[in-house]
Amino acid sequence: MLQQVSWKIGGQQGEGIESAGDLLAQGLSRQGYHLYGYRVFSSRIRGGHTDYNLRLGTTKVASIADKIDVLIALDQETIAICARELSGDGWVIADEQFTPVLPAGTKARMLGVPLTALAQQSGNVKMKNIIAVGLTVFMLGLNPTDWEEPLREMFGDKGEPMLQGNLAALHIGWDYGEKFAADLREAYKMGAGDKIQRLYVIGNEAISQGAIAAGARFMAAYPITPASEIMEAMVKRLPELGGAMVQTEDEIAACMMAIGANYAGIRAFTATSGPGLSLMAESIGLAGMTETPLVVIDVQRGGPSTGLPTKHEQSDIMAAIFSTHGEAPKIVMALDATASAFGDTVEAFNLAEEYQCPVILLSDMQLSLANQTTDISSAEAVFTMRRGELKSVAELPPLSKNEYFKRYQVTPSGVSPRVIPGTKNGIHHVTGLEHDESGRPFEGVANRIAQTDKRLRKLSSVAARFPESLRIDAPTEKTRLLIIGIGASGGPIAEAVSRLRLEGITVNHVQVRLLHPFPSEILQPLLDAAEAVVVAEHNATGQLAALIRANSRPTGAIHSILKYDGNPFRPEEIVVGCREVL
Amino acid sequence: MTTAADFQFNVKQNWCPGCGDFSVQAAIQRALAAVDAQPHEVAIISGIGCSSRLPGYVNAYGFHSTHGRSLPLAQGVKLANPALTVLACGGDGDGFAIGIGHTIHAMRRDVDITYIVMDNHVYGLTKGQVSPRSDLGFVTKTSPHGSTERPVSALELALSAGAGFVAQGFSKDLNELAQLIEAGIRHNGFSFINVFSPCVTFNKINTYEWYSQRIKKLSDLAGYDPGNRMAAMQCVMEQEGLVTGLIYERKNA
Repeated sequence: MLQQVSWKIGGQQGEGIESAGDLLAQGLSRQGYHLYGYRVFSSRIRGGHTDYNLRLGTTKVASIADKIDVLIALDQETIAICARELSGDGWVIADEQFTPVLPAGTKARMLGVPLTALAQQSGNVKMKNIIAVGLTVFMLGLNPTDWEEPLREMFGDKGEPMLQGNLAALHIGWDYGEKFAADLREAYKMGAGDKIQRLYVIGNEAISQGAIAAGARFMAAYPITPASEIMEAMVKRLPELGGAMVQTEDEIAACMMAIGANYAGIRAFTATSGPGLSLMAESIGLAGMTETPLVVIDVQRGGPSTGLPTKHEQSDIMAAIFSTHGEAPKIVMALDATASAFGDTVEAFNLAEEYQCPVILLSDMQLSLANQTTDISSAEAVFTMRRGELKSVAELPPLSKNEYFKRYQVTPSGVSPRVIPGTKNGIHHVTGLEHDESGRPFEGVANRIAQTDKRLRKLSSVAARFPESLRIDAPTEKTRLLIIGIGASGGPIAEAVSRLRLEGITVNHVQVRLLHPFPSEILQPLLDAAEAVVVAEHNATGQLAALIRANSRPTGAIHSILKYDGNPFRPEEIVVGCREVL
Repeated sequence: MTTAADFQFNVKQNWCPGCGDFSVQAAIQRALAAVDAQPHEVAIISGIGCSSRLPGYVNAYGFHSTHGRSLPLAQGVKLANPALTVLACGGDGDGFAIGIGHTIHAMRRDVDITYIVMDNHVYGLTKGQVSPRSDLGFVTKTSPHGSTERPVSALELALSAGAGFVAQGFSKDLNELAQLIEAGIRHNGFSFINVFSPCVTFNKINTYEWYSQRIKKLSDLAGYDPGNRMAAMQCVMEQEGLVTGLIYERKNA
């Protein structure tokens, strides 16, 4: 019996590929399997190749697998695109309808199945995706009745005939397997799951739940792949909490509206991807200059310009840190896992208020859109809301006529007392111009220096206070190899690390979670302890490696493993890249 | 009861002597007193330009933001705290050039804020360039042969974008202007008030005298009904936008 299988279904957009993947996953999740689901899709509505890769295991999985064991192909294009990913002893299960052909040299075997004909038999040709799920359930050695509840949840609101048709299709697929594919069951029968049903969510869902838990009650955003799910989640949940999500005319408006709402005292944010981040640059600088809390979530995708809008990349690292003109205080953090995305999002809102500055929370397409079973139960998590130097009216002495509240008071920490509009005795001015302690525009030399230093001084305590600025897996003090990554690559890197360790190589692993200000003091000893350093990241220029070089004392060479073809790392690619360095 | 003096703050404005913006500031202070607002419950949000310095001259919460972006910021403030009286203000470059998209969408969105544009048909802070409200043929540093682009018709644009309150004032008529701003604040929804606020330094064409000779007051037009959007549009087009008063207010807003 197997402990792990990598399954994929592919076809044209509109053929129910996502539903098939989700349905299989929902049933598996109930059986207590660990899952990692990753969808490939095109930047169009219908048509175009799409596929859904589901890796299931009896232990934790946090990455796509090196190879696909089972590929369900609803068209020849799927075979053409995915054949190179197939494991040598894998299987292609293809719809006989299109007379499938394996490319020359493919080692995997193929089983033709009349998916379309079987779907017609169940009453609807569109249900071939459900037939395929039924057949898969058979192959995994699982019981089709355990998929009836997930089917009801997915199709229950589409009417009884639709539901019954799908239930029938599921069983027809399973029965077909029993009659004609018994050897596949021998090959792919899974060990039992632990029956603990885990949350199976995309990163964007974890981010959304984190924002709610943080007390965010306003979101303004403009639709963009791969961040729109956050808007869609917030518009469902915020109204009942007395909040709102506003879809704005552009990303500039979204960012400015979020700044306005934060200025007025509620936790507010926006979420976007690279093109939106570029448009927000000026507004982020305003939040920095006016010391207004702001959370901007940037789900990175392939750039530059419109780039690869539905593909994975990590190329906004430098843009997130540096894209605003001038020298504005800013905190840039990077999510590194679905499970921690929830708590990290809460932390972003706390930091924004404590440090009174923009916080850019970097995600990437893999992290935001990959489905993963996580062990967190976010609903039960309790977080403290830290609002920093926000003052209530009771704390404010009366102002005399023609006196403003000193909103930009120069303090040792650099953080000044803050009040929100509506607060008596708190009237002050806010401007993007250089200003004095009361917020009045002022260009005096001493004041300019004092205010600049104050704004930047705030950040000096961030790196030391940030929870796990580096996620460190360093079992050995002196190590042959240190691998450094960012974002969703933590999953494949961790898997590569365990393989290298099995070979007897000492390897330490660090995921960078705080990019700016950079946790130099924490990273330096780890760099010093390594004979070789490899930075694995999804861009062409080695942005994370450059950031590390700029923020550490010279050690040996820092090698890069770079991938920028739009697809996430597979563990073996990291292993191969590291071997080249060793 | 508050008075206009409660909204005074002893800052010397950096406007040129004779600038139309002085009376816009005075009108805003009068209007705020007329609705009995408390200074700490008022937020005035602006963009960038001479006129956008206004929030710094009034005793109220003020936010001088980025060029063209006063409206999204002001909407965020109001949505976060509906108890605040929120005004947005700026110039014609702010509202009809760089920020025109926000102007149209704020009118559609109808968040309850009052937007006052100080319209001088020229860029003053950058010392005399052509504006989207400049008339055809208007000569400036960046239109040496005269402007060749048709001016944005501010009122027609507001009416067609669905604004529920559209008015126009003139800096020389402080009483009417204060009343219009007061009515705008009282209007439940987005209100737009365009103000002819002459630039005495960089616009030697559209002067106080120029406007005085051409402007018609709607209160002088027999039978004018500000509840009739179609008639409002017709009147604005017939008068080529040179009217003052309440042009249109949607009822049951």
